[in-house]
Amino acid sequence: MSISRRKFLGVAGAASALAIAGKTSIDALASGSSTKAGGGAAAATRWAIVIDSSKCLKKEGCKDCILACDKAHNIPRFDDPKHEVKWIWKEPYEDAFPEQQNPYDDANLKGEPFILLCNHCDKPPCVRVCPTQATWKREDGIVMMDWHRCIGCRYCMAACPYGSRSFNWFDPRPHIKDLNPDFPTRTKGVVEKCDLCEELLAQGKPPACVAACPEKAMVFGNLDDPESEVRELLRKHYTIRRKPELGTHPEIYYIV
Amino acid sequence: MFMFEKAVQGSRRYWIWVGSLLVVISVAFLFYLYQLQNGLGVTGMSRDVSWGLYIAQFTFFVGVAASAVMVVLPYYLHNYKAFSKITILGEFLAVSSVTMCMLFIFVDMGQPMRVMNIILHPTPNSMMFWDMISLSGYLFLNAVISLIMLSSERKGVAPPHWIKPVIILSIPWAVSIHTVTAFLYNGLPGRSFWLTAILAPRFLASAFAAGPALLILLAMIMRKLTWFDAGKEAIQKLALIVTYAMIINVFFILMEVFTALYSNIPEDAAHLKFLFVGLEGNTELVPWMWASVLMAALSLVLLIVPRYRRNEKLLAFTCVIVFLSLWIDKGIGLIIAGFVPSPLEAVTSYIPTLTEISIVAGIWAIGMLMITVFYKITLSVRENLMA
Repeated sequence: MSISRRKFLGVAGAASALAIAGKTSIDALASGSSTKAGGGAAAATRWAIVIDSSKCLKKEGCKDCILACDKAHNIPRFDDPKHEVKWIWKEPYEDAFPEQQNPYDDANLKGEPFILLCNHCDKPPCVRVCPTQATWKREDGIVMMDWHRCIGCRYCMAACPYGSRSFNWFDPRPHIKDLNPDFPTRTKGVVEKCDLCEELLAQGKPPACVAACPEKAMVFGNLDDPESEVRELLRKHYTIRRKPELGTHPEIYYIV
Repeated sequence: MFMFEKAVQGSRRYWIWVGSLLVVISVAFLFYLYQLQNGLGVTGMSRDVSWGLYIAQFTFFVGVAASAVMVVLPYYLHNYKAFSKITILGEFLAVSSVTMCMLFIFVDMGQPMRVMNIILHPTPNSMMFWDMISLSGYLFLNAVISLIMLSSERKGVAPPHWIKPVIILSIPWAVSIHTVTAFLYNGLPGRSFWLTAILAPRFLASAFAAGPALLILLAMIMRKLTWFDAGKEAIQKLALIVTYAMIINVFFILMEVFTALYSNIPEDAAHLKFLFVGLEGNTELVPWMWASVLMAALSLVLLIVPRYRRNEKLLAFTCVIVFLSLWIDKGIGLIIAGFVPSPLEAVTSYIPTLTEISIVAGIWAIGMLMITVFYKITLSVRENLMA
């Protein structure tokens, strides 16, 4: 079989045109996703939260961040703790950081409530185990969930070492106290978790919990920007993370 | 369908048995509809203990399925003739057990209608993807092998040559199903109870004890109820396999206990404490686990002493306690204790509900029905050959 020079050039030209078109559309997609992630001054974005526990503990019994999150995301309320759905919640220091136990710090942190949420790990085990890619890590570090793809196998819940994932054991809709029409509700039989308010970030707003904190104890920002407030806090303070020894690279930092 | 006409001719006793199984299955189906309607909250599972009896039973029956290799390997690789009559029974046991495993996974899903998402979005980094491949492959291999072997037997011809490599392939495949099932659990960073390299070997050892023990019991039941006799030699050889596997299994468990308790790393020891002495006042699994230990210890005596092992009446009892001991260890304890205490050190009680237990019973009944029908067909084929 022979092919004329003219024909060959034609095919080659079409192929390279296709390749250029492909490259452009990939670029367009990539820039699209970065605008969606909120942009920012730095070239890359890696969202993180730094929580100053002394500020957090100032106002006793404060639940403002939790209530703001519940409202923003239509979190159902179940009385039985076994069926609880929670994206952000409180846990005593010794349960949040079991490896940090010190029997003599009664006066200090023992029993003090710490704010916990999804760590949006750099190496998230939940993403690694999901059999349907219903959970994945975005370029900006947010670990996301697709509630329409989730099959409810709960493998991610077994994999998460932070208890950050909740399953809808029952239909959540009748248990939503105060419906937010701007955010979807979920169905029974799917897993859900903190999405770092990606829907607010897309509008250039900070996460609901961060905005709600009366003591400004939670600081949200971009780790990839050396001038960001989170980087400044990490430079100035000694911070700890939950179970860093597991290699998950959690991106929620605690100043203790 | 293929030889199924044999399954619809039977004695009154056969039909009473099949009928009772169908009743159990129907009741379970109603309970499943109830679960489907209301959500998995109708089970005893919770935010902290997010897998329960379904996944635990799945794990146990993957072992029973894999154990078919303990009759296939001696017969086909070592030409061990005493297993010629029971090899197909082992393969049918594998087919039934894998089916049960798939059903246990299915009833555990929050959104079962989306089950095809695992195939639509194949994810090789998930062990569940590989488990699906290994289990469905194993089901396919054993279904093909048993049907081909049985139809050749019926026609009185030698099986086709191409079946031999398929049978050889089924041997490492059996090992793979239980290895990948162990990988489901032991690749999770926050679950120290499962984070042990010996989990897959332990799974295989307990499988090769529980599966052949069940096969011995099935052979004994068949000898009692039908004309079929697996033969003393085959049963004794299976008993020897159970003996070795049970010794290795107990040895592996003791390795785990030593490592966790002597190192005294709190999070490693906590799960064993929960199982054997209770944690924070929660002792719900303690009697079960000690029953498992006592049955395992007694079974070792009855298996190792040749005089006891050769006594078939005693052997039947031994096989029952081997099976029960391993069922408690793997079909309850292993999965629940992986979640208690939680990574946040919470001790959450897990008691399966009536719904959950009924659905489990229904899947057991489906397994028993499959075994009954398959064995009935096999015996009818052989009966015709003798006539």
